[in-house]
Amino acid sequence: MSLSISRRDLILGAAATSLLAGCDNRVSAAFLKGMEHWNERFQAALFSPQRLAPELPPGSETPERAFPNYFISDFQPEMPPNWTLKVGGMVAHPASFTLDQIQRMPSAAMRVRHHCVEGWSAVAAWKGVRVSEIAKIAGLDPRVRYVEFRSFDSGYWSSWDLPSAFHPQTILAYGMDGHPLPPGHGAPLRLYSAVKLGYKMVKYLTEVNFLPDRTGGYWEDQGYEWYAGV
Amino acid sequence: MMHSTAPPSTAPPRRDQPFVIRLTHWLNVPILLLMAGSGLEIFRAYPNFGPRGSLYRWYPFQGVQPPSFLRVGGWLAGGRHWHFALAWFLVLNGLIYVAYLFASGEWRRRVFIPQRDLAGAVRMFAFYTRLTRTPPATDFYNGLQRLAYSSVIAIGIAMILSGLAIYKPVQLHWLTALFGGYDGARVFHFAGLCLLGMFVAIHLIMAAAHPREIVKLINGGAKPGVPVDKPS
Repeated sequence: MSLSISRRDLILGAAATSLLAGCDNRVSAAFLKGMEHWNERFQAALFSPQRLAPELPPGSETPERAFPNYFISDFQPEMPPNWTLKVGGMVAHPASFTLDQIQRMPSAAMRVRHHCVEGWSAVAAWKGVRVSEIAKIAGLDPRVRYVEFRSFDSGYWSSWDLPSAFHPQTILAYGMDGHPLPPGHGAPLRLYSAVKLGYKMVKYLTEVNFLPDRTGGYWEDQGYEWYAGV
Repeated sequence: MMHSTAPPSTAPPRRDQPFVIRLTHWLNVPILLLMAGSGLEIFRAYPNFGPRGSLYRWYPFQGVQPPSFLRVGGWLAGGRHWHFALAWFLVLNGLIYVAYLFASGEWRRRVFIPQRDLAGAVRMFAFYTRLTRTPPATDFYNGLQRLAYSSVIAIGIAMILSGLAIYKPVQLHWLTALFGGYDGARVFHFAGLCLLGMFVAIHLIMAAAHPREIVKLINGGAKPGVPVDKPS
């Protein structure tokens, strides 16, 4: 029996071993960055603006004490006096809205599963106004491609692609499980969406900016993926 | 004595381990190690099964994190980047293997066909568990080998589908529903990892017991038409 191992076999073996070793840090970082871009294109291609997350039956809500509520401040952020939501960027009518004004806009509601980047899921019913509705009121410049959301939680923020922000299940929520949004979950107003991971949904909103260029976010700037669709 | 270099039969003779099979087999080693390691890094962020507020009672290891030497990526974001990057190579490698398997006809001597292989698989199992003393007659692979290699491909496909179900529980909600929802798909995905781990453990023991098979998986085995035992 022949026991010879060809040069081609050795080269292939070496290539596989170096891939396993992760090669140089810069090489693997560039590889992962490239694959992240590829995955972002894949996710955007898979995204359908019409496809809805399944609505869950009444009573399927997670007990609220079991629904984690994360914030980055040392203490639970408190709504500043005279809170308003500032809508700006490349819009025809920049404006500030009180909570009362927002609650008088056409509302949307959904009871859907929440998906956290950590791997847990939970269910809640949300009520609010669609981001697309806000955009309609503000009057978008045709160059707008992204939306940025900012908060009073120590500057926590995120930015979104326009199609995900305009999904019918992407809302600025002021109601949760049939009552006003509790302080732990982002009172008075938070972003909620069925089509993104939790860290994209900015709580304690202060600003919505419609922009032509992509910006980042609190976790995104630290290395978490920007698109984060589900 | 002269040896004929012409193929002896109508079917073209093949090496035991053709190049594509060797290539895809060895590429699986780094890909699967990185997939398992990064998967465990992701799992560490929520080492539980079941949604918040109603963890599954049947899982006895709720909250137990996988040890650091099994994890790849350093932190959750790193684990996710590795996992979603390498997943493409796993799929690509698997597609090349399966396409070659059927295009080349290799499937005939490798895929588990119950009518042909079931009895032999049972007898081989009886031999390994020392219920019988003599192994069954075996051709290229024995029935139990074919069962194991075919099962691991089925597990691989289930891993990719359950992984997609976790990755896209809204865009692919029909797929997620097939696995019993998001938290069900996580269970399937983890169970698949356990089964793959068991396969690899037995595979390594069997390979250690048959080192000639490892050599064949590197050099391909004897070339067709070339005499197996060369006179020196």
